[in-house]
Amino acid sequence: MTVDTVGRFERALEGLEVGLERVPAADASGRIETIAQGPVVGTPLPFEGVSLPDSVRTEPTPAELEAARTGITPVRFAIAEYGTVAIESTADGTEPIALYPDRHVAVVAERDVVPDLSAGFERLADGFDEGRTSVVFATGRSATADMGELVHGVHGPGDVHVIVLEDR
Amino acid sequence: MAQRSRSEEADRIRHLLETEGEAVHAQASVSNARRYRTYGETDDLESLRTEARSIKEGAIDRLPDLIDTVREAVEANGGTVYVADDAADANAYVSDVVDTQISEYGVAGDDETPSVVKSKSMTTEEIDLNDALEANNIDVTETDLGEWVLQVADDTPSHIVGPAMHLSRAEIAELFNDQFDPDEPFETAEELTRFARGHLGERIREADVGITGANFVVADSGTITLVTNEGNARKCAVTPDTHVAIAGVEKLIPTLADLEPFVDLIAKSATGQPISQYVTMLSPPTDSPTLDFDAPAASITDGGGSTDEPAGDDGREGGRDFHLVLLDNGRLDMREDDQLRETLYCIRCGACSNSCANFHAVGGHGFGGETYSGGIATGWEAGVHGQESAAEFNDLCTGCSRCVDACPVKIDIPWINTVVRDRINASGDYAASDFLVDGLTPDLEPGGIDRGKRFFGNIGTVAKAASATAPVSNWLANAEPVRALLERMLGIDRRRDLPSFRRTSLVDWFRSRGGSDASRRRAKRAAIRSEAAIDREVVLYPDVYTNYVDTNRGRAAVRTLEALGVPVRVPDLPESGRAALSQGMISTADRQASRLHAALVEEIDAGRDVVVIEPSDLAAIHREYERLLPEESFERLRTNSYEICEYVYGLLENGADPDILSTGDGEEQVAYHSHCQQRTLDLEAPTVAVLERCGYATETSAAECCGMAGSFGYKREYYELSIDVGERLASQVEDAPTVVASGTSCGDQLETLLERDVSHPVELLAPTDT
Repeated sequence: MTVDTVGRFERALEGLEVGLERVPAADASGRIETIAQGPVVGTPLPFEGVSLPDSVRTEPTPAELEAARTGITPVRFAIAEYGTVAIESTADGTEPIALYPDRHVAVVAERDVVPDLSAGFERLADGFDEGRTSVVFATGRSATADMGELVHGVHGPGDVHVIVLEDR
Repeated sequence: MAQRSRSEEADRIRHLLETEGEAVHAQASVSNARRYRTYGETDDLESLRTEARSIKEGAIDRLPDLIDTVREAVEANGGTVYVADDAADANAYVSDVVDTQISEYGVAGDDETPSVVKSKSMTTEEIDLNDALEANNIDVTETDLGEWVLQVADDTPSHIVGPAMHLSRAEIAELFNDQFDPDEPFETAEELTRFARGHLGERIREADVGITGANFVVADSGTITLVTNEGNARKCAVTPDTHVAIAGVEKLIPTLADLEPFVDLIAKSATGQPISQYVTMLSPPTDSPTLDFDAPAASITDGGGSTDEPAGDDGREGGRDFHLVLLDNGRLDMREDDQLRETLYCIRCGACSNSCANFHAVGGHGFGGETYSGGIATGWEAGVHGQESAAEFNDLCTGCSRCVDACPVKIDIPWINTVVRDRINASGDYAASDFLVDGLTPDLEPGGIDRGKRFFGNIGTVAKAASATAPVSNWLANAEPVRALLERMLGIDRRRDLPSFRRTSLVDWFRSRGGSDASRRRAKRAAIRSEAAIDREVVLYPDVYTNYVDTNRGRAAVRTLEALGVPVRVPDLPESGRAALSQGMISTADRQASRLHAALVEEIDAGRDVVVIEPSDLAAIHREYERLLPEESFERLRTNSYEICEYVYGLLENGADPDILSTGDGEEQVAYHSHCQQRTLDLEAPTVAVLERCGYATETSAAECCGMAGSFGYKREYYELSIDVGERLASQVEDAPTVVASGTSCGDQLETLLERDVSHPVELLAPTDT
């Protein structure tokens, strides 16, 4: 395992034109507020000491989801090798909130950044064992070349930011 | 389907070259180049490919069990599994699901017409699902941008992964401006994409049912895996209340752990990306809330996804419904077919298309059947639509084998093409006896084979006769009335130069200079001079072209080996079966393989090495003989036979003196085109190494194939395609002062296009005759 897994994750994301920021849990809410462009929807963050900014609408209506420019979700784990975040399909709407708005802000605990796909599959298998069986490996931004050249933000987000909670 | 005549086929290919070739080449060649890079950067690529193949082998082997397993898993999750026998069965089931959804919950959105949104799925193309749904008054919208473009254009996919690859941006813009009449005409890809996002987003929000394919289905958890870059599959799967996933039964793999190598490989092989943007693993019905855009005021989390809570007043408020339709449609029969079974290992990545020079030139509308395209399409079409559908394009596979290295599950695609060609031959309705070729056909094939195929499949006999009568046969063959006859009767294009047969074959030449005794004396003298201690003896294989046409490379090989101290024998040996294989004449090839084995076995047992000049013959011995000979016989031939430059490389590595062959001054530029099958056998590098050691600055060609591949370029219907492919290669090497090529066909093609001599590398290296 590389010593600096988060560094590797950051480099992979750089290639995907996805920004990564390491912040202490105490500062996370403030950073999210800066990155998020309104209207903002989100699902509650399960990390101790981290809450969503007040402006974020959780439990949005379909109309709010459609109108939102930013979606903030936790991710269960991340895979440094490919710059992948694992988004779960949960009842609180993580999947559509990560998918519909043009900007996705993904929040992950540093201890949940695993080095490679195999380690990711171990985490995935653990989740399956616990009944969490619908997961999306999302890597970079939605893209297509079907219109003749590469364009981002086709159906999913065209802009992704990752926040790593360095003390979680 | 009626067979097209040669000239109709030639017209069709010419049309595709002109209208679609450029756009397809632009995209497919970029994906191919990226695949090389990504494969190259993947340290464990070979073990991933081996593992992936082995998982597929196991899964197909126990497919009936996996169907039971996935049924239990999906039902335990609260979904439904339906195994559809054929297209009609699958389409009727999906229509029923939509009808039930509508009758229970009404039509979503403002429209009165029920609607379905789809994520790209070749399996639904295979069963023409859209037509079936539309016939039942259900609106269908494709949400993958490429598929949607085709839907708007009323066109069909031309590539398994990039369905609209044959259309340029400008063509798409024109189509959309025409169809949607925007205030400001669309121009850029960005504008087109933004419009599509808005339009399709609305369709998805108002859809009653979402339909996706599935790249993989994990049997024991009921997990559907969707691999996409756009995100539309996720939206189709989680937005409407009801999700239908349609997958061929072959998509089943046993467990979650089995998914890992495929997730690692599929994007690498498809587009050359390390991983695709979204690998969606859903074990539906998922907990994700359904999104009721008709009721925009209630929170999306009010209803929840599939919950254990009692349903609301309308029976299922917010709840999810999921159906997995597993399609047979011939697949379970393919599983029983020893030759077609491998097709079921296919993960539909399109790497075979991207690595195929002919595909680049005509795209999937030329190189494809009713649904599938590219190299593997032959297997799919023969399996799901029947042999006739495969016959349409099967001959476009030249057997070059470049797709074999590209395929993430190591499917022997050229072999599948050969087998299907053989089966099509057997079902042909050509005249069973034919005065023109009957005398030249010592083959074992039943009547009914196309004359041209029979002619090329027996080229060894033709060559022998032509050589015996040279130069008269050459004059005759090039006389205009004869060319017209050859074109009419055998489909040999009169624009193509025919090989010029030598009166003195290589075997005759070798005998006339003293045979193996003289060779031993020459080698001994050379060994004493160079003080090299190499104790080998070679049987040089006189393949048809080396023996009767391109004898100079055979002579050069003999002189080279002798100069390095290795005595040579050049006996008259049977054909390898390569020519017969190219024409799908497997029985003939099988007999020839046995004869060649019998003729070489004593030589090998006497400690001699078999050296082959023509790479396609070596490839027959190293690859196809595995299918034609008993395992031990195959192994014996394979381990004791070598390509000429590979062999020279081995001699140099073992102490032979490269100065003897150093005809270059170290700076001399040489462009080298290896040979498609030679590259698949990893034999390009030894030739490059030998050339460099002997004083040549070598550049290799990147083009996958020269476009000739044996008889392919002679055939009238393929002549222009062959030239189109050849020109890409020629443009890569034309600036070099010297061009060399390992294959006879490659050399012929390059000589025609460059209008200068293109010899075999060994001719460059060989000392002059003594």
